[in-house]
Amino acid sequence: MLWIKNGIVVDPKNKINLEKMDIFVKNGKIVPESEIKKGDCRVIDASGKLVVAGGVDMHAHIAGGKINTGRTMRPEEMRVVRNIAGKFRASVGRVLLTAPAIGYEYAKMGYTTSFEAATPPVSSLHTHEELDSIPMIDKAALPVFGNWHLVFKCIEEKNIEKLKALLAWAIERSKGFGVKVVNPGGVEAWMYGGNVKNLDDQVPGFGVTPREIITWLIRANEGLGLPHSVHLHCNNLGVPGNYQTTIESIKLAKGFKNEKRQVLHVTHVQFNAYSGSSWRDFGSGAAEIAKVVNSMDNVTIDMGQPIFGHATAMTGDAPFQFTLHKLLGARWSNKDTEVETGAGIVPIGYLPNNPVHAVQWAIGLELGLLTESDKVALTTDYPNGGPFTEYPYIMAMLMSKKMREGELKKVHQYVQKATNLPSIDVEKTLYEVIHMTRSLPARILGLENKGHLGIGADADIAIYNLNPLETDFSNEFEKVYKAFKVAEFTIKGGEVIVRNGELLKEVYGRTFWVDARKKVDLEVVMQDVKNYFQYYSLQLSNYGVEERWLKKPERLEVV
Amino acid sequence: MQDIVCTFCGSVCDDGEYDLKKKSVKKFCKLGSSKFAEKERIKAPMIDGKEVSYEEAIDKAVEILVNAKRPLLYGWASTANEAIRLGVILAEKLGGVYDQCASVCHAPGTLATIEEGIPGGTLGSVKNRADVVVFWGSNPMEAHPRHGMRYSISAKGLLVKDRKQRKVIVVDVRPTKTAKIADIFIQIKPGYDYAIFSALRAIISGNADAVPSEVGGVAKEKLIELADIMKNAKYGAILYGLGVTQSRGRDRNVENAIKLVQLLNRTTRWIIWPMRGHYNVVGAGEVPAWEVGYQYAIDFSRGYPRFSPAEFSAVEVLKRRDCDAALIVASDPVAHFPRIAVQHLKRIPVIQIDPYPNMTTLVAKIVIPSAVYGIEAEGTAYRMDCIPLRLKKIIETNYWTDEKILEEMLRRVEKFKG
Repeated sequence: MLWIKNGIVVDPKNKINLEKMDIFVKNGKIVPESEIKKGDCRVIDASGKLVVAGGVDMHAHIAGGKINTGRTMRPEEMRVVRNIAGKFRASVGRVLLTAPAIGYEYAKMGYTTSFEAATPPVSSLHTHEELDSIPMIDKAALPVFGNWHLVFKCIEEKNIEKLKALLAWAIERSKGFGVKVVNPGGVEAWMYGGNVKNLDDQVPGFGVTPREIITWLIRANEGLGLPHSVHLHCNNLGVPGNYQTTIESIKLAKGFKNEKRQVLHVTHVQFNAYSGSSWRDFGSGAAEIAKVVNSMDNVTIDMGQPIFGHATAMTGDAPFQFTLHKLLGARWSNKDTEVETGAGIVPIGYLPNNPVHAVQWAIGLELGLLTESDKVALTTDYPNGGPFTEYPYIMAMLMSKKMREGELKKVHQYVQKATNLPSIDVEKTLYEVIHMTRSLPARILGLENKGHLGIGADADIAIYNLNPLETDFSNEFEKVYKAFKVAEFTIKGGEVIVRNGELLKEVYGRTFWVDARKKVDLEVVMQDVKNYFQYYSLQLSNYGVEERWLKKPERLEVV
Repeated sequence: MQDIVCTFCGSVCDDGEYDLKKKSVKKFCKLGSSKFAEKERIKAPMIDGKEVSYEEAIDKAVEILVNAKRPLLYGWASTANEAIRLGVILAEKLGGVYDQCASVCHAPGTLATIEEGIPGGTLGSVKNRADVVVFWGSNPMEAHPRHGMRYSISAKGLLVKDRKQRKVIVVDVRPTKTAKIADIFIQIKPGYDYAIFSALRAIISGNADAVPSEVGGVAKEKLIELADIMKNAKYGAILYGLGVTQSRGRDRNVENAIKLVQLLNRTTRWIIWPMRGHYNVVGAGEVPAWEVGYQYAIDFSRGYPRFSPAEFSAVEVLKRRDCDAALIVASDPVAHFPRIAVQHLKRIPVIQIDPYPNMTTLVAKIVIPSAVYGIEAEGTAYRMDCIPLRLKKIIETNYWTDEKILEEMLRRVEKFKG
């Protein structure tokens, strides 16, 4: 049992803003004072300190074939030694981290949950093996659906029951959490060396368009009532002028409604918020996108903020990765995956004095500042935009115009012309930034017990050495940045795992997966699945992941 | 039992039918079937040839390992990921060296990946889409007998429906069994792979003028013809073998082949992929990559992983006499390593974990027999294209699994190290 005494609590889900209060923990959950015996509690004196829920990263590439190929391809990333083997595992990595390092670094920063953003269903056993090797945090994986032949077939037939059954089956087989869509139709076109350029392009070999893929997947996702909405990586990623495609895609959510959450989450929008027609007149379309998102009540986004320095681009968007390889002349890995999906990996660096990179950096911040705080989550699309360990930098930047002015001086001045960042006066409040890193991503994912400190919530708690009542967030941004970099306490499931940035205890979190099989009749699709498996290179009975193979699975049943 | 997963070669066929009465398997090739047939086994754990219990053998093994200054932990290509993971952690805790069979096999491909990346695809992509398949320095008809039928030669796919719609090309130094069934066989002089990749790149990029009339024993006309086939393929695959990685040029050969594939992708689609040997040699590299950042040749003597193939691959460590104990898991280095490396293995205490006796058994101080994955034990393995497959337990056994043996070792080592 834990008694966190006198902390200054910010808990947006429960509308608590800077209140001095006590938090009680029993059996890994937050409980009312009446349920504990104060004498038996370990007391943590949080006087003058900020107490918030553990951070929730809703979109990061932390496990599976992509990041592991990235590690193999980039041994130079592994030269940064973060921990020497001893009581804890050796942990290494600059931006690309080993599995132990991922868990340790999240925990040191006060983050306790992270979601792997894309797993090919056929490779999900690999993804789960890596997730199982990440200590400290809770996790889950999103299987990808936007280029799967079986999905196209259901949509071609306009058979929603079949599509729902396929999703339910595939999410169960991959022990996945929801429906990820990456460049719908474009990755299949890449198998012929092409891509799709707008929402109404026909996917080669199929009578479907990206517009139909997105719309039908939203319909099916909502029909199943999954905890999370469709999670979309838009078409035309990384292409100047793509903000219009993004806006068109966002508008596809119109007509759908869900009481609890958005019906469409558009991810790492920075990479999809470019105006202009080439890299020469490249600029920001962030303001237009923010306007559309703000005007709708059923769409959320995350930033995909670039951090200056090293990064590795890794996405299911294989044609984009090839374009990037040609553009940069950099190493390139590609993985065409059965008849399901594809992927690519390219090393990249963001340089402040490169006009394109400076604009990308500004766009991420514009999205964070101009979008209502209830609709934009904070991410770097790790490791595409850079390390998740720099989330505190983004948090501090969103809260301080002065910090941004200082940073703006260091970057290529093309940003003055091509973006609105210099003229944005918005300073998000601490309450808003805590929402964007805790309660909002938890709500977007449909995790009811995460991201807040209400009764019944998981006891995932971060305590920072920062007195928010005595901090001038506009001017003391360095102090704010430092405080969020290293949690004074990180508590996971009621156990203190980090103290002042030092690891105290190694724990292994749960892997959430969603079971929606009760919502469908699987038989409506199984014959199609069986027929289509002749095009796989493995047997249907050997496809998928059993729960007992996982370290700590937690099934969330949709009924 | 249906849909048994084979634990012999990197093809990891998963459609076997096991007959419990006859103790034999149907559908697999000769190599696979022989694995599933009854074979001579190591009967019991042994110390200096004397039979002991598992506990005694493990206690003694741990005593040797914790007292060693730098133990070498080698093998791993024929065991499951669960065991490999424990092996990596064990190497880390012991401050030893982790290395795996790829270092004498396909590791040049890893070095090439570090230089250029790897534009690849799964075997299902080859089966469904590849209208041109080039086996370069690889001979699946002998090394991966069902590869052609299941994935790459006569496999019936979505876009390429049968053998007639697929052009199969073999590039090799001699007419192999695979060459005999190929549409085109190009015989090259040993050690000229690099030059031929360069010539193809020159022709495809419009610089045929720079190519002499003959390269590596192949006439220029023939190279132009090959380049044309490659350019005109809708979806091509180069599936390379040890002929590329273990001949003159090694990693540079693979690197050059990858550059050729990069070039081809500017006008059409091509992938390149290694024909990996042991059933889980991919896991032996992937698991350490996520655990400690590198695929092979990893030293932990400083408490953190360091990768250096020229220093920390098993052969180099042994040649330098730079290890004072060795744990060999699911491998036979005595049969395959150069004599000078084997000589050092004879000098130091060797602990072997393996289901079957082999040459390494003869030099091992401690021998710990284990269950066979895919027959007596369950676990995860990665096919040559990284597709994960779950190995099944078909029959009961009293042998411990590699995973259990290593778990017990790790538990004891952690106790020693505090």
